[in-house]
Amino acid sequence: MRPVTMEEIEGLRGLNSVKVKEAHEEGKKVVGMYCMFSPSEIAIAAGAIPVTLCGTAQAPIEDAEKELPRNLCPLIKSSYGFAITDKCPYFFFSDVLLAETTCDGKKKMYELMGKIKPMHIMNLPQTSEGEDSLESWHKEMVKFKAYLEETFGVEITEEKLRDAIKLMNRERDAMKRLHKLNAHKPAPLSGMDMMLAQWLKGFNVDKEYGISLIEKLIEELEERIEKGIFAFDESAPRILLTGCPIGSGSEKVLRALEEAGASVVALENCTGYKPLDVMVDEDPDKDPLLALAEKYLKTPCSCMTPNNGRFDLIKRLAEEYDVDGVVDLTWVACHTYAIESFSLKNFVQDELGLPFIQIETDYSDSDTGQVKTRVEAFLETIEKKSATV
Amino acid sequence: MYYIGIDIGSTASKVSVFNDQNLVLNFSMPTGWSSVEVSKIVYEKLEKMNIDKDNSRIIATGYGRVSVPYADKTITEITCHGKGAHYLLGEDCTVIDIGGQDTKIITVENDRVTNFTMNDKCAAGTGRFLELMANSLAIGIPELAELALKGKEISITSMCTVFAESEVISLIGKGTPREDIARGVINSITGRVYTLLYKHGIKGKIYLTGGLCEIKPFVELLSERLGKEVISSPLGRYAGSIGAALMGF
Repeated sequence: MRPVTMEEIEGLRGLNSVKVKEAHEEGKKVVGMYCMFSPSEIAIAAGAIPVTLCGTAQAPIEDAEKELPRNLCPLIKSSYGFAITDKCPYFFFSDVLLAETTCDGKKKMYELMGKIKPMHIMNLPQTSEGEDSLESWHKEMVKFKAYLEETFGVEITEEKLRDAIKLMNRERDAMKRLHKLNAHKPAPLSGMDMMLAQWLKGFNVDKEYGISLIEKLIEELEERIEKGIFAFDESAPRILLTGCPIGSGSEKVLRALEEAGASVVALENCTGYKPLDVMVDEDPDKDPLLALAEKYLKTPCSCMTPNNGRFDLIKRLAEEYDVDGVVDLTWVACHTYAIESFSLKNFVQDELGLPFIQIETDYSDSDTGQVKTRVEAFLETIEKKSATV
Repeated sequence: MYYIGIDIGSTASKVSVFNDQNLVLNFSMPTGWSSVEVSKIVYEKLEKMNIDKDNSRIIATGYGRVSVPYADKTITEITCHGKGAHYLLGEDCTVIDIGGQDTKIITVENDRVTNFTMNDKCAAGTGRFLELMANSLAIGIPELAELALKGKEISITSMCTVFAESEVISLIGKGTPREDIARGVINSITGRVYTLLYKHGIKGKIYLTGGLCEIKPFVELLSERLGKEVISSPLGRYAGSIGAALMGF
């Protein structure tokens, strides 16, 4: 049976779309964002509400294809489709948009999106290594702060920045502790519910309320662990899911895995653990904007070259969560993740000694049968391995 | 005790029957429009041989595996093909299966599938592609392969089956000899298998399963393209159903 707190967490969906409207009507500013590189702390310090924008559903893709090429990743098409069709309330109520020069597809799409709403683009370095990168990324933080101050006519004080950093670190910490509960064997929470809880946080207008719900869920799950109530039994293969981001509407591979009997215990992607791993340094002697630059630059995304951080993180999670296999989800036409998948396969199979599969798909249901077959066959290879032990 | 493997593929349905340890019968029929219908026909055929649910263990595999209501268990075609290939070849190997709707490369180690790769979701490089191209040339797949042996090297560059078909039609229009077009069609399949296989990696002998393994000229051209000997055996088409039956043991 599903933890009861999950219902309240799912309720955030309806609640947040109302809250964002109310906030807008009260004259509060809203900053819409797409990516884990976006420093939401600066928006909070400006007295604004940072929200994640929609981009995980198939529905608006057809409309997006009127302007974007078809062979583009579904996440970019979906985001753009939501924007031009006004189907995302968060986009609708956003006063400004924040974007970064991540992958080629996104940055060129942002050129088009910037015509719909005021947009600030942060120039993300292509590597996370070296002083030059950090210095240039730090300057981008300074520029974004100045942009919000000017646009909203506010002053972002150091104190406000430090408070925002503390708040977001508390959210990260709660989310991290929630994710880590699934290191328990067997896992207390299904991967589907973990994804939902993690994904929904991005839309939270009231951060404190969001954090309190996660704390409540953690408490409930800890009680369940004590009572021996789990999402799966001991025999379910434990899977680490990595690759492109997923959310409600684009969870088909995660769903297929769990319907086939796997327990997805670790979500390494941006909707999961990736942005939670590193906290922002709260050292009172450090420039808070530099602390933010350091944290966000460490995001191990495939748009970075090299992207060794991702391999290190996968190794760490694979050990900590004692996984039986790694599934790499790559959206069709996501070049960076698709190319990286080859190196990742070798790394997982040869260095970690774990079964690995890359699944390439899009948001549509057209290949449900094939995805199911791949996933089941992958789990069959794992089951046989554990049977021989 | 009978062990029955039923492999409902997108094009053909294959059935293998073991009487205890002995493989006593294999038969196949077109899947047609309904895998539910074909699974009924299979059961009727089995009943005529006095095989029913009570004296047998039935494992269903293939894309239509969920449409076999009387099966004791369903297992994916990947696991079954690996098992069946190991039975037929008698050793570990790397299996190439060119199916109706997908092409798979399967690594078998210690009689178990340890790794596999499948083509992406379109029909490029699958049996369906060959079927459509053969149709455009108004011949069957065996004749297509036969012709290809005599043809000159030309390439069909479209990765997409639908576009490749128009490419073939325009080659026909230009008066390109049929042998050359046939060669181009086969090359496009073997080229696709080449990339899939080498991206996946080869362990042991290469063993071809599926209906195409019965077509000698195809096996010859595939070996040539891969630069390695491709082994096939007369029962290769039944690798999936044999493997399924064995999984019931």
